[in-house]
Amino acid sequence: MNEKGMTLIVKTITRLTVGLIILFGIYIVSHGHLSPGGGFAGGVIIALSFIHIMLAFGKEIAFKKVNQAIASFFESLGAILFITLALIGIASGYFFLNFLSKGEPFTLFSSGLIPLYNLAICFKVGAGLFIIFITLVLLKIPGEDSEK
Amino acid sequence: MLELQILLVFMIIGAMIAVKAKDLLSAVIAVGTVGLGLSIAFLILKAPDLAIAQLVVEILVIIILIRATIRKDLPFSTSGRWFFNTFVTFLFMIVFLGFGYYCMKDLPGFGEPIMKISQRFVTEGLRQTGAANMVTSVVLDYRVYDTLGEATILFTAVIGVLAVIRKVGRKR
Amino acid sequence: MTVYFLCLVLFCVGLYCILRKRNLIKIIIGIAIMEYAVNLFFILIGYRMNGRAPIHSPDQEILGMVDPLPQALVLTAIVIGLAVTALIAAIAMRVYEKYRTFDITKIRRLKG
Repeated sequence: MNEKGMTLIVKTITRLTVGLIILFGIYIVSHGHLSPGGGFAGGVIIALSFIHIMLAFGKEIAFKKVNQAIASFFESLGAILFITLALIGIASGYFFLNFLSKGEPFTLFSSGLIPLYNLAICFKVGAGLFIIFITLVLLKIPGEDSEK
Repeated sequence: MLELQILLVFMIIGAMIAVKAKDLLSAVIAVGTVGLGLSIAFLILKAPDLAIAQLVVEILVIIILIRATIRKDLPFSTSGRWFFNTFVTFLFMIVFLGFGYYCMKDLPGFGEPIMKISQRFVTEGLRQTGAANMVTSVVLDYRVYDTLGEATILFTAVIGVLAVIRKVGRKR
Repeated sequence: MTVYFLCLVLFCVGLYCILRKRNLIKIIIGIAIMEYAVNLFFILIGYRMNGRAPIHSPDQEILGMVDPLPQALVLTAIVIGLAVTALIAAIAMRVYEKYRTFDITKIRRLKG
């Protein structure tokens, strides 16, 4: 199956490094309250890693790993998680209250609800950008040269 | 801040190349260099969060624009009434820059910000929210309603792209 | 002062590209350049000379940090700019499929 996707060198390097890219994205999302980063940049990095797989190996093989249904599920999950965390205190009259314990500063499990907000934003941004990319790539224009 | 001014001159030259290039692929690559220069400018201005976000968003914009420009129908020349159009455009730009120069005199000088609201964020942020990164504590605790609006905008953009690209079929 | 002026010149380059070019992709490039200039202007307003990045660390005092509030606003604005550019590019691809050209003087008929 060497005629689909790119050359052999690109495929080998992709196999070696795409796991590290996803790991780096997870690090930036989870340490969003201690060092620069946050949910937006981390979500875009995770979406870029999946786009990397799709560009290197062609469409059919990449769709076996993650197809449109899984991405749509994650985007809705991110949005619902964000709204649920916001509306927890609505019975007492609070909206978006940060009510968990603040903990020790400079540790990983600190600052209340902020890591959970970062996780919800990461799901939403990553899945949404992946859906935008595969929709724009799969459009076939009649009269265009072959898909490359 | 001499390095900041040199970087801005480089970005302006890159933007002029992007405007003037006849080939669409060269113009998209020139916009890529403007975005990369902007990411370095954010690092010089001590904003590391924004440098990371701008770099990865720039890569995604270049990928989408290259996908939209691989076509067969490419450049052509502008014709007709170009002298009048160019003259009016430059006149408008000179008026705009003149008014901008008058407004710049009322701003505080470069390097002395007025931090009335941010004084409270800086001094009490660590105690009230527990986050060490102050930009995160502003985006996700003090002003989290704006983040909800931004999530809605991204959701609407995804739905909009899906609605535009969808192939409308007719039952025959 | 000259830094603000150079930022406005970058904005004017993007404005020239929107007003004077006939290709739809060049108009999208002009919108992107204008949006970079506006984001840069926000961060230039909130910079303190010889300041520090706005991140606490356990062994330094909190004097002399740059302003974190414009950085929060621009972080939202960058992602919104990405969403707008993606939507405009999708509409441009659809227009090409209907009219077979990117020239804006030929896209006059409201063809559905």
